[in-house]
Amino acid sequence: MADLNTWQQFWYYLSHNGAYVLSQFSRHFLISVYGVLLAAVIGIPIGLLIARRRKLSGAVIGVANVIQTIPSLAMLSIIMLGLGLGVNTVIVTVFLYSLLPIVKNTYTGMINVDTTLVDAARGMGMTSWQRLTMVELPLALAVIMAGIRNALVVAIGITAIGAFVGAGGLGDIIVRGTNATNGGAIILAGALPTALMAIVADLVLGAVQRRLEPRGKKR
Amino acid sequence: MTTTEPMVEFDDISKVYRGGNVAVEHVTLTIDRGDFVCLIGTSGSGKTTTMRMINRMLEPTGGTLRFDGKDIHSYDAVQLRRKIGYVIQNIGLMPHMTIYENITLVPKLLKWPEEKRREKAQELIKLVELPAAFLDRYPAELSGGQQQRIGVVRALAANQDLILMDEPFGALDPITREALQELVKSLQEKLGKTVVFVTHDMDEALKLATKIVVMDGGHIIQTASPAELLRHPATQFVRDLIGEERLVQAQADITTVGAIMLRDPVSITPGRSLQDAIALMRKRRVDTLLVTDDDGHLKGFIDIESLDNNYRRSTSVSDILNPKIFYVHESALLRDTVDRILKRGLKYVPVVDSANRLRGIVTRAALVDLIYDTIWGETDKPPADDAATVNATPADPTKGV
Repeated sequence: MADLNTWQQFWYYLSHNGAYVLSQFSRHFLISVYGVLLAAVIGIPIGLLIARRRKLSGAVIGVANVIQTIPSLAMLSIIMLGLGLGVNTVIVTVFLYSLLPIVKNTYTGMINVDTTLVDAARGMGMTSWQRLTMVELPLALAVIMAGIRNALVVAIGITAIGAFVGAGGLGDIIVRGTNATNGGAIILAGALPTALMAIVADLVLGAVQRRLEPRGKKR
Repeated sequence: MTTTEPMVEFDDISKVYRGGNVAVEHVTLTIDRGDFVCLIGTSGSGKTTTMRMINRMLEPTGGTLRFDGKDIHSYDAVQLRRKIGYVIQNIGLMPHMTIYENITLVPKLLKWPEEKRREKAQELIKLVELPAAFLDRYPAELSGGQQQRIGVVRALAANQDLILMDEPFGALDPITREALQELVKSLQEKLGKTVVFVTHDMDEALKLATKIVVMDGGHIIQTASPAELLRHPATQFVRDLIGEERLVQAQADITTVGAIMLRDPVSITPGRSLQDAIALMRKRRVDTLLVTDDDGHLKGFIDIESLDNNYRRSTSVSDILNPKIFYVHESALLRDTVDRILKRGLKYVPVVDSANRLRGIVTRAALVDLIYDTIWGETDKPPADDAATVNATPADPTKGV
């Protein structure tokens, strides 16, 4: 082993532990996605609510901002005190970090819908629910999607740290490498897929976001 | 439902915002079926507020508002709005929907079957003279004028009888605006729709409206037909809004041919002999005679040339009668007549009543006088200069038609 350079060691590690890396990859991915989905399920309605009641927006976005400023390792530790070691702690952490981009983008997307369109929709006899589902949401969807994209990229990074509270994922491989002597190749085997996942997630969601852009607004 | 039944009735309506801001006060107005009502006034006059209360976009704070004879509050607001077309200044087409989806939005809300919606969209796009291929396009792919055409027909899609328009053409260039004004006017007349139209453009109001409502400071200042408004502006405010220039020009616009025609035209019956005709021409010093039957119905004319040519061969007026004569109706508006007379180079035009009886003539000289009046104003007449006008004494068709 010692006569191989780092890259050769990296490929050697991958070829012998491929299944393991893959399983950690999917675990990592799912932890991030669950956290973000949870944040979307809660955050989008909050965003819609504060877009309707603008007075609440300052307070809600303020709280989300404060959460965002807490360093992720500190946040993990604090939540760990409540939920203990394990995957749930990481999912909750991801959820909390995803709230701000999702709530904020939902809010921004909604208040940026042309008010004359909403007026026209109301004047044509749409109910409040129809206005939301047929006009406001379709027009705000691309902006909301951008928030989810942001959240997912951040979430993949946070999940990597989640290895410290025993959640598994690619972070686990990185920690293993840092603990081994000459573990550079093992660190790479954890770090490169993490980076790859973040980049691919960003590209894919970026494409989805462009698809959701109202067609008429495309140049 | 008869055509005279009022569609919308405002009964002492007021709208006071919280904090005591009065938007509209004591508005009483009846909008009949088939009316084209223009609400006109400066910004803040309450015209848009008044309009928006009809489809309950705003709730009046006092008075009663009836739609189709029933209090507006007896309708569900959402259902009511689906019965009333709505066109706004910024067009308001949904950018994420195709033209087809935009046009058939209200039918879709009313749960029309797809087939019927498709049919309606085809029919409407034809109505505004746009190709059917546009149905699959998105609003951003159309020009502003085309978009507002779609905005207009969207308001007709569910067979709404009443259409509200809030300065719909304000943002368009003058040529497009004019085309759309004509479109709306012709649709309104053809389909028998009732339109409430908010504008601050007096030309637009005069052109489109059957009834103009002038508003200022939340009150109605005057409600009148365009002609009436021009003839009798109620206050100085209304005069200012119309503008002195238009008031003067309007004289020609609202004067009928009958009002300026010369009565007692020189005429003869077909049965008379040519000698009689010549004697009459000589006596009245004219070169043509209008020919009428015994009841005064206009039959044609004879002129001195044909008289001269046929003097030996013919005996009576009917032999040389020229029936090809251009005439106007006495109730015709002068503005429509002036152009025709001046461009055709006619020296005079006989005027008939509804039974085609000869009533008088309008001479070129009389028209020229009228045009001078509108150019210089009636008080500031230049000294009479007969050489400048076509020499025409009353009832003197000097030359042939």
